[in-house]
Amino acid sequence: MIRFSVNGERIETSVAGDTPLLWFLRDNLELTGTKFGCGMALCGACTVHVNGEPTRACVTPISTLAGKKVTTIEVIGKSPIGKKVQDAWLSEDVVQCGYCQSGQIMAATALLTKTKAPSDAQIDAAMSGNICRCGTYNRVRAAIKVAAGASKPAAAPAAKPAAKAKA
Amino acid sequence: MKQLARNASVSTTSTATSRRDFLKASAATGGLVIGFNLFTGNRIAHAQAAPPVVPPNAFLRIARDGSVTVQVKHLEFGQGVMTSLPMMVAEELDCDWSKVRSELAPAAPQYAHTMFGMQITGGSSSVVNSFTQMRTAGAMARSMLISAAAAQWKVDPAQCSTANGSVIGPGGRKAGFGEFADAANALKAPEKVALKDARDFRIIGKPTRRIDAPAKVNGTAKFGLDVTPKMIPNLHTAVVKHPPMFGARVAKIDASKVNGLPGVTHVVQISNGVAVVAKNFWAAKKGRDLLQVTWDFTNASKASSADLKKAYRDQMQKPGAVAKAGNADAVKTAAKSVTAEYDVPFLAHAPMEPLNCTVEFKGDGCEIWVGSQFQTVDQGAAAKVAGLKPEQVKLNTMIAGGGFGRRANPASDYIIEAVEIAKEAKVPVKTVWTREDDIKGGYYRPMYVHKVSAGLDAAGKIVGWDHTVVGQSIIAGTPFEPFMVKDGVDATSVEGIADTPYDIPGMRATLHSTKDGIPSLWWRSVGHTHTAFVMETMMDELAKAAGQDPVEFRRGYLAKHPRVLKVLNLAAEKSGWGSKPAKGVGRGIAVHESFGSVCAHVADVSIDKGQIKVLRVVSVIDCGLVVNPLTVTAQVESATAYGLSAALYGQVTLKDGEVEQSNFHDYPVLRLNEMPKMEVHFVEGGTMPTGVGEPGTPPVAPAVANAVFALTGKRLREMPFKV
Repeated sequence: MIRFSVNGERIETSVAGDTPLLWFLRDNLELTGTKFGCGMALCGACTVHVNGEPTRACVTPISTLAGKKVTTIEVIGKSPIGKKVQDAWLSEDVVQCGYCQSGQIMAATALLTKTKAPSDAQIDAAMSGNICRCGTYNRVRAAIKVAAGASKPAAAPAAKPAAKAKA
Repeated sequence: MKQLARNASVSTTSTATSRRDFLKASAATGGLVIGFNLFTGNRIAHAQAAPPVVPPNAFLRIARDGSVTVQVKHLEFGQGVMTSLPMMVAEELDCDWSKVRSELAPAAPQYAHTMFGMQITGGSSSVVNSFTQMRTAGAMARSMLISAAAAQWKVDPAQCSTANGSVIGPGGRKAGFGEFADAANALKAPEKVALKDARDFRIIGKPTRRIDAPAKVNGTAKFGLDVTPKMIPNLHTAVVKHPPMFGARVAKIDASKVNGLPGVTHVVQISNGVAVVAKNFWAAKKGRDLLQVTWDFTNASKASSADLKKAYRDQMQKPGAVAKAGNADAVKTAAKSVTAEYDVPFLAHAPMEPLNCTVEFKGDGCEIWVGSQFQTVDQGAAAKVAGLKPEQVKLNTMIAGGGFGRRANPASDYIIEAVEIAKEAKVPVKTVWTREDDIKGGYYRPMYVHKVSAGLDAAGKIVGWDHTVVGQSIIAGTPFEPFMVKDGVDATSVEGIADTPYDIPGMRATLHSTKDGIPSLWWRSVGHTHTAFVMETMMDELAKAAGQDPVEFRRGYLAKHPRVLKVLNLAAEKSGWGSKPAKGVGRGIAVHESFGSVCAHVADVSIDKGQIKVLRVVSVIDCGLVVNPLTVTAQVESATAYGLSAALYGQVTLKDGEVEQSNFHDYPVLRLNEMPKMEVHFVEGGTMPTGVGEPGTPPVAPAVANAVFALTGKRLREMPFKV
């Protein structure tokens, strides 16, 4: 029996200890926000927090989690920094296909939790393990700076004046 | 993507004929349905369970609360159709944008692509083929709401207008669309409606944030891989052991180590391998690792990339099929000539979401959940394997984590295997491909070799251009062959050459389509992936040989193509072409027309420890009328990053029939720290949209190669680049 917590909920499980946290989350808890991309900690799509540390869930057997706290994309918006990051992701229109973005947001939140105003080099170091095939990287960087308060969010697109349309 | 049947419709020499033939053939098979039909079969029951709808057509429904739900017939896989198509509806419907929702439509004939006659997403054509259709749907609904309001108010419809989701009647009467949803639902759709003049657009053309973004930042968006037992009770997961060489077959299965593994429920032989079915992914994966399969390699391709390269060069000595019939003899007697050979490798698409497909047999039919670019094609393929009629297969479209063409496979490989497994195992099954399955799984952008000999006269003008291409045909052997292969020329192998906008005298192009047994497929921008590289680096070489500036040299061949010229000129202007880049920085330009659009990039590069570093890319695109500027900018950035991955890293190589790469460590892709700064500019003013998803990819590699030449004097003629 392994005991740990996921998003504040106590977990007691007899699932095989070599099961990667990624598949425990997805298949056992049906928390599908954490994504499978490579299975080898090469792409970052499965990034979650374990005791606050950004962690690749695809190579983290649940046997290593005894007593630890796991946080996933499903609740990261409840933390003030996670919420800022998600808001910045929206204002900078970051997502395209969106598949890697759970991992990007978890990595960015972990970065900003430790480093309030990261430099470009610090962003490179923290985020280059998260692959995005849509190439949203410049927006990821911009959104991190917005979430850090280092730059202003892109203005909400202004509506064109509403004209009355005749039948 | 974007990708697909990008076919002949847009950029090939035989454009008009191909499209016409294609439509005719589609119509003959009953595939071409453009219109506003009622849902049929399962879909009706589904729609009836939902709130009242208006109008009774396939594309939108308006609920009593005034919310507008648009059915998006294309796959959403990053390109933004869940936003851009609703924008078209909302523009004509005159509704409140904040009340617009977006859903992906299931496979159904009424969702056919208006040019291809099948429900597909590809060829950078989602916006262009939907533009009139979606606006018409919105205008019809608006007309019906006005009619319903006028009847209720007992006034002349001509006295009514609409604004921001309300009908406004004489004397200032006003009520929200939702008030009339039921009444309008009972009306017959008008036969004809007038569409707005582009000058009056207030949603189309406005930077609009993505409807799908909130769900994608909080983890609630459901991709195909996210289908769970909560949605489908008793759902199992299957992982397939595919043959280690293309064309190999199962000879013998030894499942002794798999049987009895906790969670594993079935071992199933299918047409392309052996599936291990289990209660969850990890059990299935462990089972596959322990499964012993003996393969029959009799009909397997034992090719090696190095041998193919040599064979392609040998092939080049023989006459090929003529793709462009100019007389290039002048090259032989030219004052100056340049001859060069180019190599590009096989490429995997590597979308972030690995392939997957969920299948459940129930009652007298079968239901599928999949992120497919080829909904009705895959529906038909599934029906065939299941022994059902297409209408007995309900195919639900899930959001996809990228695709780039891989999810548009005429062979429906990943759909068929999922149906085979579910049919045999008699339980609902979700197949999950690992990254290794994806990289090794074939359906690659084929490997090609090009050779160009071009000549200049004493004044530095081109007098002849002799171009040969060798490589596998993407189209041969698919249902698209009758329409897209003519006289031995697969239009997708030579697009961008045979139809180059450059007015080059004495231009001849020939093609050798090889048969090497490596499954191949369109890959974001298809033939343009390699033809733009060759055309635009050779133009750069010729400019150098002529002693001219690369931009000035290109201008000399674009007099008949003012649109391309304009993009080229704007790219030069915006990038500061002509000013000297910083020390240690090289600058290169390339422009290319594809998918009805024109895109130019100016790349600034440096070289650090033997690695090319792309510092900045200034991009200009003319994609006609811009529907959502935010999406267009994002797609150009995306297409650029995708092209850079191929230029700097991408290659799948074969050794004795086996693929040598497996995951992102040996099939690297661009990462955040390697992304150049980007600026995207538009040439505006079109009246119709043209392609956006792909045109940004082709000119990236040549812009970088030309920049490296400017910096080092070394020509790069092989992808991925090495300096």
